[in-house]
Amino acid sequence: MTLRSCLTSELDMLNAQVNQHYDVVVVGGGHAGAEAAAAAARAGARTALITQQIATVGAMSCNPAIGGLGKGHLVREIDALDGIMARCADQGGIQFRMLNRRKGPAVRGPRAQADRRLYREAVQASLAAQDNLTLVEGEAFDLDIVAGAVTGVVLADGRRFACGTVVLTTGTFLRGLIHIGEKKIPAGRVGEAPSLGLSATLERHGFPLGRLKTGTPPRLDGRTIDWSGLEMQPGDDPPEPFSAMTDAITTPQISCGVTRTTLATHELIRANLHRAPMFSGQIEGRGPRYCPSIEDKVGRFGDRDGHQIFLEPEGLDDPTVYPNGISTSLPEDVQLGLLKTIPGLERAAMLRPGYAIEYDYVDPRALKPTLETRAISGLFLAGQINGTTGYEEAAAQGLLAGLNAARRTGGSVALSLDRTQSYIGVMVDDLVTRGVTEPYRMFTSRAEFRLSLRVDNADERLTPLGIAQGLVSSARRERYESRQSEIVKLTEVLRQRTLSPNEAAAAGLELNRDGVRRSAFQILSYPAIDFAALLRVWPDLEAFSEAARARVAADATYAVYLDRQAAEIDSYQRDQALPLPSDLDLDGISGLSNELRAKLRASWPDNLAQAGRIEGMTPAALTLLAAHARKRQAGRSTASAETLTL
Amino acid sequence: MRAYPTIVALSSGAGRAGVAVVRVSGERARFALETIAGAVPGARKAAYRALRDHDGAVIDHSLVLFFPGPASFTGEDVAEFHIHGSRAVLSRLLAVLTGLPGLRLAEAGEFTRRAFEAGKLDLAAVEGLADLIDSETEWQRRQALRQMEGALGRAAGEWRRALIKAMTLLEAEIDFSDEGDVGGPLIADAVAEAQGVLGSLRSALGSFAAGERVREGFVVVLAGPPNAGKSSLLNALARRDVAIVSPIAGTTRDAIEVRLDLGGIPVVLVDTAGLRESSDAIEAEGVRRARQKAAHADLVLRLRSPDSDPERADSEGDDLAVATMIDLGGVARPGEIGVSAVTGAGLPELIDIIASRLGKLGQAEPALVTRERQRVAVADAATAIERAGMLSHEQSELIAEELRIAVRALERLIGKVDVEDVLDSLFSGFCIGK
Repeated sequence: MTLRSCLTSELDMLNAQVNQHYDVVVVGGGHAGAEAAAAAARAGARTALITQQIATVGAMSCNPAIGGLGKGHLVREIDALDGIMARCADQGGIQFRMLNRRKGPAVRGPRAQADRRLYREAVQASLAAQDNLTLVEGEAFDLDIVAGAVTGVVLADGRRFACGTVVLTTGTFLRGLIHIGEKKIPAGRVGEAPSLGLSATLERHGFPLGRLKTGTPPRLDGRTIDWSGLEMQPGDDPPEPFSAMTDAITTPQISCGVTRTTLATHELIRANLHRAPMFSGQIEGRGPRYCPSIEDKVGRFGDRDGHQIFLEPEGLDDPTVYPNGISTSLPEDVQLGLLKTIPGLERAAMLRPGYAIEYDYVDPRALKPTLETRAISGLFLAGQINGTTGYEEAAAQGLLAGLNAARRTGGSVALSLDRTQSYIGVMVDDLVTRGVTEPYRMFTSRAEFRLSLRVDNADERLTPLGIAQGLVSSARRERYESRQSEIVKLTEVLRQRTLSPNEAAAAGLELNRDGVRRSAFQILSYPAIDFAALLRVWPDLEAFSEAARARVAADATYAVYLDRQAAEIDSYQRDQALPLPSDLDLDGISGLSNELRAKLRASWPDNLAQAGRIEGMTPAALTLLAAHARKRQAGRSTASAETLTL
Repeated sequence: MRAYPTIVALSSGAGRAGVAVVRVSGERARFALETIAGAVPGARKAAYRALRDHDGAVIDHSLVLFFPGPASFTGEDVAEFHIHGSRAVLSRLLAVLTGLPGLRLAEAGEFTRRAFEAGKLDLAAVEGLADLIDSETEWQRRQALRQMEGALGRAAGEWRRALIKAMTLLEAEIDFSDEGDVGGPLIADAVAEAQGVLGSLRSALGSFAAGERVREGFVVVLAGPPNAGKSSLLNALARRDVAIVSPIAGTTRDAIEVRLDLGGIPVVLVDTAGLRESSDAIEAEGVRRARQKAAHADLVLRLRSPDSDPERADSEGDDLAVATMIDLGGVARPGEIGVSAVTGAGLPELIDIIASRLGKLGQAEPALVTRERQRVAVADAATAIERAGMLSHEQSELIAEELRIAVRALERLIGKVDVEDVLDSLFSGFCIGK
């Protein structure tokens, strides 16, 4: 390490001012930061979490809910790796619903509305109980970077933390700017200062920054809402927990109200559109298409007679109500006016106006699939800073970044997850290969292998990895192994037992009358046949738990499709497994067009699969790249690869 | 990691040739060889085998070879079929091979890619091959571009739009079912949309055979007893010696094909061995093949020489009766055309009649799908939509999966479709977001 020795004097100088040493420093105490800090500490790294206010760690700044379609998958995957989000949601959840319950298991999504305070307290309690983790109050202002590698974090008050790796999870705080009508307030969240120093640091180091926006609705005093005329929506009974470690939900459960905007609401909005920052040109950032403001909805779908609003209580002993569906940045007086046009809200008191917030994000194409930045070794980014939206998206990235930050500082190779194995892998691959044009949210339709990436088998997909990485507690490991062995046993039994069509008919199961004996597993794949029908034939199967039965039934439902996808997955994984070395000499590859060389340089793909998704890539060019990469690979040991893909 | 799927491709040049080589590479190559050609020959040893489809019908008789991996071109097990270079035989063999479980048509460059992944090629060789692939794919790209501007491109664009619309409805129903403002009979609409596409795909597939004819040429067969003058006529029409012409009966032991432009119409003229029973095994095979050719011909010229027994003329239906050797005293009977290969007498009239007969055949609806690769893509898409149609509306995620497979199949014709396309369409069509 001759480079290091040259720099010794500079390091000594820095060390003189250092207050403390850590393996990993996480900046930010939102959902990404909390999960990153917990993961790094679980992986054995001495970890510090720096946040502006310890009291707001784990705060839900927008919708008081966890999960949903696509997002629920992320929560279950976080849980499979022993992350904290699922367990905290189980402690704070006051209304649980399994979305798409009547559809196939691959597209179901668990969602819970949370008591804002209970959730935040659960997060803070989890972090407090975590070994190896220290919480520090302060504003991170700058990074120490020596020879292209991060070596420490500098606080606004001058304190300095030396560390091996840093995870930035600054959310909407980077040059955050709140808009309420014509008013503009620099802030990271309502009542909290924005972070300006780190934006400058990132800019100085050449990171491509962009601007995004998101919004939140006004908050209402539930005691002033007229609930009597409103439709009420209860949760599931019994509620189904997020976490494999939660046996039952013990928090009391509540119902939500449902109301709609009216033509009068729309008229009022139209009359005031010129005062909406979205339309007046005051906001430059792009907002999410799937979470539009009410002024956006009226602008784009003006012919509708109403838009649905869910009235979601923010807590068991908190009168605040979150009116889901009327996110807005109209001026305060217009917000008050439009409440009066909505049934049930005519006399509602507004506790806080809705607002839009603009913030900086880093083009995630500047990241590796491990969430480490390409430009600065040891620097990881996770959450909204990467252009995503949502607690679940943030937390999932936080977990991966935290784990990798710990691995890198411990001298191990960083990990990346595969699209074929997890929604986390899908999200990170989307981000780092394609970038974002609007805040990125997870949908099940983003996962091409959605039939195998289910909420019910997240543990099977990821817990073994978590065990191998030391992320998973022994309690979870035992529980996982006993559940898994029951599932394996049941699958085996169902594959061994068979019925002829006549025998099946005798038990009331209608199969093709083709004389072919089918296994119970095959029979279970018939959409009209559920596990209860099998129990009529083989009552002894009742000995297996309901969870195991549901899981094997889901496996059976999709078995034939998974076989069909196997070839697609294989070819993807093979390409994924061939790394393109970052110092591959593109000029030395004759036969590559200059156009392709330029495109390859712009978004340097980590592997052949990513290269194949570059626009304009030809089979011939891919062949050449693969040949050169393979020559290089043959010349060195695979252990020196920069990233390990699982 | 599991092995690659086993791939199949014509590895000799496309088009007409005496022999065509079809190569199969992958772990199921041995299985393919066993299934189609019976026993597998010794490593790197040629064997002459009858190739049979799954009904046991003979596709062709051919040389087959087996190269066990890793000592093969790709490093995997490789099977080779050296078949007679006829379009019909090739199509049939490819269809039968790709119908076997675990086998599919190779993509451009795939054999080469496997070869160097197995370390079988040095970089210079790879670069040379890449140039070839490049020109091949460039040619395909231009070809595809031409088609994109033509009927197939327009049709495929319509299918794509309709399938994306159907997927949009399904995804809206799946990913935004918790949104009160997304509602209505979305799945029923999606299925109806997809079924509409299925109808178009089916009729496109129906036109495949006709389209292939236009592209590959009409098959005109010269038939008749030995020494009826078939080879002489073929040579006269082709103005070059392509078959051995001799006065000894049974000289032409194989079907000989010549590509001709007759009055602007692409024609493949096929000479057949003299149709007589023979004790010579090879000649008997020639006779069998000639009968098969004649059965698939667009037009048969039934030849009769002056000394042949008129009782043996088995002219039937639309066949064109030709009296040969009119310079040697042959006389055309009513309904026959008299020609002489030596003097050229009667040839212009014969060409006119052939052209006008085929011209009538060619006036059918222009075909959308004209190549095997296109046919496979369209058929895969159609099959997936058929399966989707058999699912219940509660299985929307499976319907979506089938449509995804269908769209992926069409991607091979018209370029990639992305989930972003679906989301774009979704967000512009539905008011989503609470």
